[in-house]
Amino acid sequence: MSVASDFLKEVNRRSGEAVQLCFQCFKCSLGCPVTFAMDFLPHQLMRLVQLGRKEEVLDSHTIWVCASCETCTTRCPNEIDIAKVIDTLRQMALEEEKTAEGDVAAFHKAFLDSVSHFGRLCELELMFWYKLRTKRFLDDLWLAPELLKRKKLSFKPSRVERIGEIKQIFKKAAL
Amino acid sequence: MNKMRVAYYPGCTLETTAKEFDITSRSVCAQLGIELVEIPDWNCCGASSAHETNDYLAIALPARNLVVAEQELGLNVVIPCAACFNRLKAAEKALLSRTYTEFDYEGKIKVYDLLSFLAQPEYVKRLKKKVVTPLKELKAVAYYGCLLCRPPEVTDHPQPENPMEMETVLKAIGVECLPWSYKTDCCGASLVVARPDIVHQLVKRLYDRALEVGAECIVTACPLCHANLDMRQKEINEKYHKHYYLPIFYFTELMALAMGIEGTETWAKGHFVDPRPLLEERKYL
Ligand code: SF4
Ligand code: SF4
Repeated sequence: MSVASDFLKEVNRRSGEAVQLCFQCFKCSLGCPVTFAMDFLPHQLMRLVQLGRKEEVLDSHTIWVCASCETCTTRCPNEIDIAKVIDTLRQMALEEEKTAEGDVAAFHKAFLDSVSHFGRLCELELMFWYKLRTKRFLDDLWLAPELLKRKKLSFKPSRVERIGEIKQIFKKAAL
Repeated sequence: MNKMRVAYYPGCTLETTAKEFDITSRSVCAQLGIELVEIPDWNCCGASSAHETNDYLAIALPARNLVVAEQELGLNVVIPCAACFNRLKAAEKALLSRTYTEFDYEGKIKVYDLLSFLAQPEYVKRLKKKVVTPLKELKAVAYYGCLLCRPPEVTDHPQPENPMEMETVLKAIGVECLPWSYKTDCCGASLVVARPDIVHQLVKRLYDRALEVGAECIVTACPLCHANLDMRQKEINEKYHKHYYLPIFYFTELMALAMGIEGTETWAKGHFVDPRPLLEERKYL
Protein backbone atom coordinates (compact mmCIF):
# COMPACT_ATOMS: atom_id res chain seq x y z
CA MET A 1 0.00 0.00 0.00
CA SER A 2 1.44 3.34 -0.97
CA VAL A 3 1.88 6.22 1.45
CA ALA A 4 -0.32 8.32 -0.82
CA SER A 5 -3.43 6.23 -0.36
CA ASP A 6 -2.75 5.86 3.37
CA PHE A 7 -3.04 9.60 3.87
CA LEU A 8 -6.19 9.81 1.73
CA LYS A 9 -7.67 6.90 3.67
CA GLU A 10 -6.90 8.47 7.01
CA VAL A 11 -8.43 11.80 6.01
CA ASN A 12 -11.52 10.01 4.71
CA ARG A 13 -11.86 7.87 7.81
CA ARG A 14 -11.51 10.73 10.24
CA SER A 15 -13.71 13.20 8.34
CA GLY A 16 -16.30 10.69 7.17
CA GLU A 17 -15.91 12.10 3.66
CA ALA A 18 -14.74 10.64 0.32
CA VAL A 19 -12.13 13.06 -0.98
CA GLN A 20 -11.37 10.84 -4.01
CA LEU A 21 -14.74 11.94 -5.43
CA CYS A 22 -13.41 15.43 -6.16
CA PHE A 23 -13.19 15.90 -9.93
CA GLN A 24 -11.52 19.32 -9.81
CA CYS A 25 -14.43 21.46 -10.95
CA PHE A 26 -13.11 24.50 -8.98
CA LYS A 27 -16.54 25.37 -7.66
CA CYS A 28 -15.26 25.40 -4.08
CA SER A 29 -12.42 27.77 -4.92
CA LEU A 30 -14.62 30.10 -6.95
CA GLY A 31 -16.93 30.70 -4.00
CA CYS A 32 -14.30 30.75 -1.28
CA PRO A 33 -14.01 34.24 0.27
CA VAL A 34 -10.44 33.91 1.56
CA THR A 35 -8.54 32.55 -1.44
CA PHE A 36 -6.47 35.76 -1.46
CA ALA A 37 -4.82 34.63 1.77
CA MET A 38 -4.32 30.95 0.85
CA ASP A 39 -1.22 29.19 -0.44
CA PHE A 40 -3.31 26.38 -1.99
CA LEU A 41 -6.87 26.96 -3.18
CA PRO A 42 -9.50 24.59 -1.75
CA HIS A 43 -9.68 22.44 -4.92
CA GLN A 44 -5.89 22.21 -4.96
CA LEU A 45 -5.91 21.12 -1.33
CA MET A 46 -8.36 18.32 -2.20
CA ARG A 47 -6.09 17.23 -5.05
CA LEU A 48 -3.08 17.18 -2.75
CA VAL A 49 -5.00 14.99 -0.33
CA GLN A 50 -5.89 12.63 -3.19
CA LEU A 51 -2.23 12.48 -4.15
CA GLY A 52 -1.19 11.82 -0.56
CA ARG A 53 0.99 14.91 -0.32
CA LYS A 54 0.67 14.96 3.45
CA GLU A 55 3.53 17.33 4.26
CA GLU A 56 2.35 20.09 1.95
CA VAL A 57 -1.22 19.77 3.15
CA LEU A 58 -0.48 19.80 6.87
CA ASP A 59 2.09 22.58 6.52
CA SER A 60 -0.24 24.76 4.46
CA HIS A 61 -1.60 28.14 5.52
CA THR A 62 -4.87 27.30 3.79
CA ILE A 63 -6.08 25.01 6.55
CA TRP A 64 -5.68 27.83 9.11
CA VAL A 65 -6.97 30.82 7.18
CA CYS A 66 -10.09 28.96 6.09
CA ALA A 67 -12.88 30.82 7.90
CA SER A 68 -15.15 27.74 8.14
CA CYS A 69 -17.79 29.62 6.19
CA GLU A 70 -19.17 26.40 4.66
CA THR A 71 -19.68 27.89 1.20
CA CYS A 72 -17.59 25.16 -0.45
CA THR A 73 -19.44 22.44 1.47
CA THR A 74 -22.80 23.82 0.40
CA ARG A 75 -21.84 23.96 -3.29
CA CYS A 76 -19.69 20.90 -4.01
CA PRO A 77 -21.45 18.85 -6.71
CA ASN A 78 -19.96 15.67 -5.23
CA GLU A 79 -21.25 16.50 -1.77
CA ILE A 80 -17.82 16.55 -0.22
CA ASP A 81 -17.97 18.41 3.09
CA ILE A 82 -14.78 20.32 2.36
CA ALA A 83 -14.99 22.43 5.51
CA LYS A 84 -15.20 19.21 7.53
CA VAL A 85 -12.18 17.82 5.68
CA ILE A 86 -10.30 21.01 6.57
CA ASP A 87 -11.34 20.61 10.24
CA THR A 88 -9.83 17.12 10.12
CA LEU A 89 -6.64 18.42 8.50
CA ARG A 90 -6.26 21.07 11.22
CA GLN A 91 -6.65 18.44 13.88
CA MET A 92 -4.03 16.22 12.19
CA ALA A 93 -1.70 19.20 11.85
CA LEU A 94 -2.10 20.04 15.55
CA GLU A 95 -1.33 16.43 16.49
CA GLU A 96 1.88 16.64 14.49
CA GLU A 97 2.59 20.06 15.99
CA LYS A 98 2.50 21.73 12.60
CA THR A 99 0.91 25.15 12.67
CA ALA A 100 1.73 27.33 9.72
CA GLU A 101 -0.49 29.94 11.36
CA GLY A 102 0.50 29.55 15.00
CA ASP A 103 -1.54 32.53 16.17
CA VAL A 104 -4.79 31.10 14.83
CA ALA A 105 -4.12 27.87 16.71
CA ALA A 106 -3.18 29.86 19.84
CA PHE A 107 -6.50 31.68 19.67
CA HIS A 108 -8.48 28.44 19.55
CA LYS A 109 -6.45 27.00 22.42
CA ALA A 110 -6.98 30.09 24.59
CA PHE A 111 -10.71 30.06 23.77
CA LEU A 112 -11.18 26.43 24.76
CA ASP A 113 -9.04 26.75 27.90
CA SER A 114 -11.33 29.51 29.09
CA VAL A 115 -14.44 27.43 28.38
CA SER A 116 -12.90 24.50 30.26
CA HIS A 117 -12.43 26.71 33.36
CA PHE A 118 -15.84 28.38 33.54
CA GLY A 119 -18.08 26.48 31.11
CA ARG A 120 -18.59 29.82 29.39
CA LEU A 121 -16.20 32.05 27.55
CA CYS A 122 -14.35 34.67 29.57
CA GLU A 123 -13.11 37.19 27.01
CA LEU A 124 -10.55 38.77 29.34
CA GLU A 125 -8.97 35.43 30.14
CA LEU A 126 -9.00 34.53 26.44
CA MET A 127 -7.19 37.74 25.47
CA PHE A 128 -4.71 37.42 28.33
CA TRP A 129 -3.53 33.93 27.36
CA TYR A 130 -3.69 34.62 23.66
CA LYS A 131 -1.42 37.64 24.03
CA LEU A 132 0.95 35.82 26.32
CA ARG A 133 1.29 32.90 23.90
CA THR A 134 1.61 34.98 20.75
CA LYS A 135 3.46 37.94 22.27
CA ARG A 136 1.12 40.21 20.32
CA PHE A 137 0.71 42.58 23.28
CA LEU A 138 -0.02 45.68 21.24
CA ASP A 139 -2.79 44.26 19.08
CA ASP A 140 -6.24 45.71 19.75
CA LEU A 141 -5.05 47.63 22.79
CA TRP A 142 -7.55 50.39 21.99
CA LEU A 143 -10.39 47.89 22.13
CA ALA A 144 -10.39 46.94 25.82
CA PRO A 145 -11.18 50.44 27.23
CA GLU A 146 -13.83 50.94 24.56
CA LEU A 147 -15.46 47.65 25.50
CA LEU A 148 -15.26 48.51 29.21
CA LYS A 149 -16.85 51.87 28.57
CA ARG A 150 -19.76 50.07 26.94
CA LYS A 151 -19.90 47.52 29.77
CA LYS A 152 -19.09 44.79 27.26
CA LEU A 153 -16.21 43.25 29.20
CA SER A 154 -16.72 41.75 32.60
CA PHE A 155 -14.18 41.08 35.31
CA LYS A 156 -16.55 38.64 36.90
CA PRO A 157 -16.88 35.75 34.50
CA SER A 158 -20.27 34.19 34.03
CA ARG A 159 -19.94 30.53 34.97
CA VAL A 160 -21.65 27.17 34.79
CA GLU A 161 -22.65 25.83 38.22
CA ARG A 162 -22.39 22.16 37.39
CA ILE A 163 -18.84 22.70 36.15
CA GLY A 164 -18.05 19.01 36.81
CA GLU A 165 -20.10 18.11 33.72
CA ILE A 166 -17.97 20.44 31.60
CA LYS A 167 -14.71 19.05 33.03
CA GLN A 168 -16.00 15.57 32.18
CA ILE A 169 -16.56 16.59 28.54
CA PHE A 170 -13.05 18.05 28.27
CA LYS A 171 -11.61 14.91 29.88
CA LYS A 172 -13.36 12.70 27.37
CA ALA A 173 -12.16 14.92 24.53
CA ALA A 174 -8.64 14.37 25.90
CA LEU A 175 -7.81 18.07 25.79
CA MET B 1 -53.13 36.41 22.05
CA ASN B 2 -52.05 32.92 23.04
CA LYS B 3 -48.74 32.83 24.80
CA MET B 4 -45.93 30.68 23.50
CA ARG B 5 -43.19 29.35 25.77
CA VAL B 6 -39.80 28.45 24.34
CA ALA B 7 -36.39 27.60 25.76
CA TYR B 8 -33.88 30.40 25.27
CA TYR B 9 -30.17 29.84 24.69
CA PRO B 10 -28.37 33.21 24.93
CA GLY B 11 -24.78 32.03 24.50
CA CYS B 12 -21.63 33.75 25.75
CA THR B 13 -21.45 36.80 23.49
CA LEU B 14 -25.02 37.84 24.31
CA GLU B 15 -23.84 38.40 27.89
CA THR B 16 -20.93 40.62 26.79
CA THR B 17 -20.15 42.08 23.37
CA ALA B 18 -23.62 41.39 21.97
CA LYS B 19 -25.64 42.58 24.98
CA GLU B 20 -27.87 44.66 22.69
CA PHE B 21 -28.91 41.51 20.84
CA ASP B 22 -29.93 39.89 24.14
CA ILE B 23 -31.81 42.91 25.49
CA THR B 24 -33.77 43.49 22.30
CA SER B 25 -34.44 39.78 21.66
CA ARG B 26 -36.01 39.55 25.09
CA SER B 27 -38.06 42.74 24.82
CA VAL B 28 -39.30 42.03 21.31
CA CYS B 29 -40.34 38.47 22.19
CA ALA B 30 -42.16 39.67 25.31
CA GLN B 31 -44.16 42.13 23.20
CA LEU B 32 -45.03 39.42 20.69
CA GLY B 33 -46.34 37.10 23.39
CA ILE B 34 -43.36 34.73 23.37
CA GLU B 35 -42.07 33.74 26.79
CA LEU B 36 -38.35 32.98 26.74
CA VAL B 37 -37.27 30.50 29.42
CA GLU B 38 -33.49 30.56 29.75
CA ILE B 39 -31.96 27.07 29.62
CA PRO B 40 -30.85 26.43 33.22
CA ASP B 41 -27.06 26.42 33.69
CA TRP B 42 -26.39 26.56 29.93
CA ASN B 43 -22.77 26.30 28.74
CA CYS B 44 -20.70 27.64 25.84
CA CYS B 45 -21.34 25.92 22.50
CA GLY B 46 -17.59 25.78 21.77
CA ALA B 47 -18.01 27.95 18.67
CA SER B 48 -15.55 27.49 15.82
CA SER B 49 -12.66 26.84 18.21
CA ALA B 50 -14.15 23.49 19.23
CA HIS B 51 -14.96 22.15 15.77
CA GLU B 52 -11.64 23.28 14.37
CA THR B 53 -9.76 21.44 17.10
CA ASN B 54 -11.67 18.47 18.43
CA ASP B 55 -14.61 16.48 17.02
CA TYR B 56 -15.92 15.28 20.36
CA LEU B 57 -15.85 18.70 21.99
CA ALA B 58 -17.59 20.19 18.95
CA ILE B 59 -20.63 17.98 19.61
CA ALA B 60 -20.54 17.38 23.36
CA LEU B 61 -20.46 21.04 24.45
CA PRO B 62 -23.57 22.12 22.52
CA ALA B 63 -25.23 18.73 23.16
CA ARG B 64 -25.32 19.28 26.92
CA ASN B 65 -27.59 22.30 26.37
CA LEU B 66 -30.02 20.35 24.22
CA VAL B 67 -30.23 17.56 26.77
CA VAL B 68 -30.99 20.07 29.55
CA ALA B 69 -33.58 21.84 27.39
CA GLU B 70 -35.37 18.59 26.57
CA GLN B 71 -35.20 16.98 30.00
CA GLU B 72 -35.64 19.97 32.30
CA LEU B 73 -37.86 22.21 30.19
CA GLY B 74 -39.33 20.06 27.42
CA LEU B 75 -39.55 23.15 25.23
CA ASN B 76 -38.43 23.99 21.69
CA VAL B 77 -35.17 25.94 21.69
CA VAL B 78 -34.77 29.42 20.20
CA ILE B 79 -31.27 30.84 19.65
CA PRO B 80 -30.51 34.42 18.57
CA CYS B 81 -26.78 33.92 17.80
CA ALA B 82 -26.20 32.43 14.34
CA ALA B 83 -22.94 30.78 15.42
CA CYS B 84 -24.46 29.12 18.50
CA PHE B 85 -27.48 28.06 16.43
CA ASN B 86 -25.18 26.32 13.96
CA ARG B 87 -23.37 24.40 16.71
CA LEU B 88 -26.56 23.34 18.49
CA LYS B 89 -27.99 22.13 15.17
CA ALA B 90 -24.80 20.16 14.49
CA ALA B 91 -25.19 18.58 17.93
CA GLU B 92 -28.85 17.82 17.26
CA LYS B 93 -27.94 15.95 14.06
CA ALA B 94 -25.19 13.99 15.81
CA LEU B 95 -27.44 13.07 18.75
CA LEU B 96 -30.26 11.92 16.49
CA SER B 97 -27.90 9.71 14.51
CA ARG B 98 -26.57 8.36 17.82
CA THR B 99 -22.95 9.25 17.03
CA TYR B 100 -22.31 9.47 20.76
CA THR B 101 -24.49 7.31 22.96
CA GLU B 102 -23.85 8.87 26.36
CA PHE B 103 -26.34 11.66 25.74
CA ASP B 104 -29.89 10.93 26.70
CA TYR B 105 -31.66 12.87 23.95
CA GLU B 106 -34.84 11.78 22.22
CA GLY B 107 -35.27 14.69 19.84
CA LYS B 108 -38.74 15.66 21.04
CA ILE B 109 -37.85 19.33 20.80
CA LYS B 110 -37.03 21.54 17.81
CA VAL B 111 -34.13 23.95 17.44
CA TYR B 112 -34.81 27.34 15.83
CA ASP B 113 -32.77 30.41 15.14
CA LEU B 114 -34.62 33.45 16.44
CA LEU B 115 -34.83 35.08 13.01
CA SER B 116 -36.57 32.13 11.33
CA PHE B 117 -38.76 31.72 14.38
CA LEU B 118 -39.98 35.31 14.22
CA ALA B 119 -40.39 35.20 10.43
CA GLN B 120 -43.19 32.62 10.81
CA PRO B 121 -46.46 34.05 9.45
CA GLU B 122 -48.26 34.16 12.80
CA TYR B 123 -45.53 36.30 14.40
CA VAL B 124 -45.17 38.56 11.38
CA LYS B 125 -48.90 39.19 11.63
CA ARG B 126 -48.58 40.06 15.32
CA LEU B 127 -45.54 42.20 14.59
CA LYS B 128 -47.37 44.27 11.99
CA LYS B 129 -50.04 45.07 14.56
CA LYS B 130 -47.41 46.20 17.07
CA VAL B 131 -45.62 48.69 14.83
CA VAL B 132 -45.96 52.26 16.13
CA THR B 133 -43.08 53.89 14.25
CA PRO B 134 -42.80 52.37 10.78
CA LEU B 135 -39.17 52.71 9.67
CA LYS B 136 -40.14 54.20 6.35
CA GLU B 137 -37.33 55.43 4.13
CA LEU B 138 -34.68 53.43 5.95
CA LYS B 139 -32.63 51.74 3.25
CA ALA B 140 -30.96 48.57 4.44
CA VAL B 141 -29.33 45.40 3.23
CA ALA B 142 -30.09 42.18 5.07
CA TYR B 143 -26.84 40.44 5.96
CA TYR B 144 -27.18 36.83 7.11
CA GLY B 145 -23.52 35.76 7.07
CA CYS B 146 -22.56 32.11 6.99
CA LEU B 147 -23.82 30.16 9.91
CA LEU B 148 -27.56 30.76 9.91
CA CYS B 149 -27.94 28.97 6.59
CA ARG B 150 -24.90 26.82 5.84
CA PRO B 151 -24.48 23.99 5.41
CA PRO B 152 -28.17 23.15 4.85
CA GLU B 153 -27.58 19.54 5.98
CA VAL B 154 -26.96 21.04 9.43
CA THR B 155 -29.21 24.10 9.50
CA ASP B 156 -32.16 22.59 7.56
CA HIS B 157 -32.45 25.96 5.85
CA PRO B 158 -34.64 25.64 2.74
CA GLN B 159 -32.86 28.40 0.75
CA PRO B 160 -29.24 28.57 1.91
CA GLU B 161 -28.07 30.64 -1.06
CA ASN B 162 -30.86 33.19 -0.88
CA PRO B 163 -32.52 33.29 2.54
CA MET B 164 -35.43 35.74 2.87
CA GLU B 165 -36.47 35.65 6.55
CA MET B 166 -34.77 38.92 7.44
CA GLU B 167 -36.41 40.72 4.54
CA THR B 168 -39.78 39.37 5.68
CA VAL B 169 -39.31 40.75 9.18
CA LEU B 170 -37.78 44.07 8.09
CA LYS B 171 -40.47 44.73 5.49
CA ALA B 172 -43.10 44.18 8.17
CA ILE B 173 -41.66 47.13 10.11
CA GLY B 174 -41.40 49.36 7.04
CA VAL B 175 -37.69 49.05 6.18
CA GLU B 176 -36.77 49.15 2.51
CA CYS B 177 -34.58 46.06 1.90
CA LEU B 178 -32.32 46.42 -1.09
CA PRO B 179 -31.32 43.36 -3.09
CA TRP B 180 -27.59 42.51 -3.09
CA SER B 181 -25.51 39.43 -3.80
CA TYR B 182 -23.52 39.40 -0.58
CA LYS B 183 -26.15 38.50 1.99
CA THR B 184 -24.50 35.18 2.85
CA ASP B 185 -20.88 36.13 2.27
CA CYS B 186 -18.36 35.63 5.05
CA CYS B 187 -17.06 38.39 7.38
CA GLY B 188 -14.05 36.34 8.50
CA ALA B 189 -15.50 35.59 11.95
CA SER B 190 -12.95 34.78 14.64
CA LEU B 191 -10.01 35.20 12.26
CA VAL B 192 -10.26 38.84 13.37
CA VAL B 193 -8.03 38.10 16.35
CA ALA B 194 -5.10 36.38 14.66
CA ARG B 195 -5.54 37.64 11.08
CA PRO B 196 -7.33 41.02 11.23
CA ASP B 197 -5.94 41.80 7.76
CA ILE B 198 -8.18 39.11 6.26
CA VAL B 199 -11.24 40.42 8.09
CA HIS B 200 -10.53 44.00 7.00
CA GLN B 201 -10.58 42.96 3.36
CA LEU B 202 -13.75 40.91 3.66
CA VAL B 203 -15.61 43.56 5.63
CA LYS B 204 -14.52 46.40 3.38
CA ARG B 205 -15.93 44.51 0.44
CA LEU B 206 -19.24 44.13 2.28
CA TYR B 207 -19.36 47.91 2.96
CA ASP B 208 -18.61 48.67 -0.69
CA ARG B 209 -21.24 46.28 -2.00
CA ALA B 210 -23.84 47.57 0.46
CA LEU B 211 -23.16 51.20 -0.48
CA GLU B 212 -23.21 50.33 -4.16
CA VAL B 213 -26.88 49.34 -3.96
CA GLY B 214 -27.72 52.44 -1.90
CA ALA B 215 -27.86 51.02 1.63
CA GLU B 216 -27.38 53.33 4.59
CA CYS B 217 -27.10 50.55 7.14
CA ILE B 218 -26.49 46.80 7.37
CA VAL B 219 -28.72 44.49 9.40
CA THR B 220 -27.32 41.31 10.95
CA ALA B 221 -28.40 38.28 12.97
CA CYS B 222 -24.97 37.25 14.17
CA PRO B 223 -22.80 38.68 16.98
CA LEU B 224 -19.61 37.76 15.12
CA CYS B 225 -20.76 39.58 11.99
CA HIS B 226 -21.90 42.51 14.09
CA ALA B 227 -18.59 42.75 15.92
CA ASN B 228 -16.54 42.62 12.74
CA LEU B 229 -18.68 45.14 10.86
CA ASP B 230 -19.31 47.53 13.77
CA MET B 231 -16.16 47.43 15.91
CA ARG B 232 -13.75 47.41 13.00
CA GLN B 233 -15.26 50.23 10.96
CA LYS B 234 -12.95 52.86 12.47
CA GLU B 235 -9.88 50.69 11.83
CA ILE B 236 -10.94 50.05 8.24
CA ASN B 237 -11.51 53.75 7.65
CA GLU B 238 -8.01 54.51 8.91
CA LYS B 239 -6.36 51.71 6.98
CA TYR B 240 -7.99 52.43 3.63
CA HIS B 241 -8.37 56.22 4.07
CA LYS B 242 -12.14 56.01 3.78
CA HIS B 243 -15.06 57.67 5.52
CA TYR B 244 -17.51 54.83 5.81
CA TYR B 245 -20.48 55.59 8.01
CA LEU B 246 -22.62 52.49 8.02
CA PRO B 247 -24.50 51.72 11.25
CA ILE B 248 -24.77 47.98 11.87
CA PHE B 249 -27.99 46.79 13.49
CA TYR B 250 -29.27 43.55 14.91
CA PHE B 251 -32.66 42.90 13.32
CA THR B 252 -34.16 42.81 16.82
CA GLU B 253 -32.97 46.37 17.50
CA LEU B 254 -34.90 47.71 14.52
CA MET B 255 -37.92 45.66 15.57
CA ALA B 256 -37.77 47.17 19.07
CA LEU B 257 -37.45 50.66 17.62
CA ALA B 258 -40.43 50.21 15.31
CA MET B 259 -42.50 48.66 18.09
CA GLY B 260 -41.86 51.68 20.29
CA ILE B 261 -40.08 49.65 22.97
CA GLU B 262 -38.17 51.90 25.36
CA GLY B 263 -34.42 51.68 25.78
CA THR B 264 -33.16 52.68 22.34
CA GLU B 265 -30.44 54.81 23.97
CA THR B 266 -29.18 51.81 25.94
CA TRP B 267 -28.59 49.58 22.95
CA ALA B 268 -27.53 52.39 20.61
CA LYS B 269 -24.79 53.48 23.05
CA GLY B 270 -23.31 49.99 22.93
CA HIS B 271 -22.48 50.33 19.25
CA PHE B 272 -19.07 51.47 18.06
CA VAL B 273 -20.60 53.13 15.00
CA ASP B 274 -23.18 55.35 16.66
CA PRO B 275 -26.48 54.78 14.82
CA ARG B 276 -28.19 57.76 16.46
CA PRO B 277 -27.30 60.38 13.82
CA LEU B 278 -29.02 58.24 11.17
CA LEU B 279 -32.02 57.46 13.39
CA GLU B 280 -32.41 61.12 14.32
CA GLU B 281 -32.18 62.23 10.71
CA ARG B 282 -35.05 59.86 9.93
CA LYS B 283 -36.94 61.20 12.97
CA TYR B 284 -37.30 57.78 14.58
CA LEU B 285 -35.89 59.08 17.85
S1 SF4 C 1 -16.40 21.70 -5.52
FE1 SF4 C 1 -16.07 19.58 -4.89
S2 SF4 C 1 -15.65 18.44 -6.77
FE2 SF4 C 1 -15.43 20.64 -7.25
S3 SF4 C 1 -13.23 21.01 -7.00
FE3 SF4 C 1 -14.21 21.52 -5.06
S4 SF4 C 1 -14.09 19.64 -3.83
FE4 SF4 C 1 -13.68 19.10 -5.97
S1 SF4 D 1 -15.14 26.83 4.43
FE1 SF4 D 1 -13.03 27.54 4.19
S2 SF4 D 1 -12.35 26.67 2.24
FE2 SF4 D 1 -14.58 26.52 2.27
S3 SF4 D 1 -15.27 28.34 1.20
FE3 SF4 D 1 -15.24 28.84 3.39
S4 SF4 D 1 -13.23 29.73 3.81
FE4 SF4 D 1 -13.12 28.71 1.78
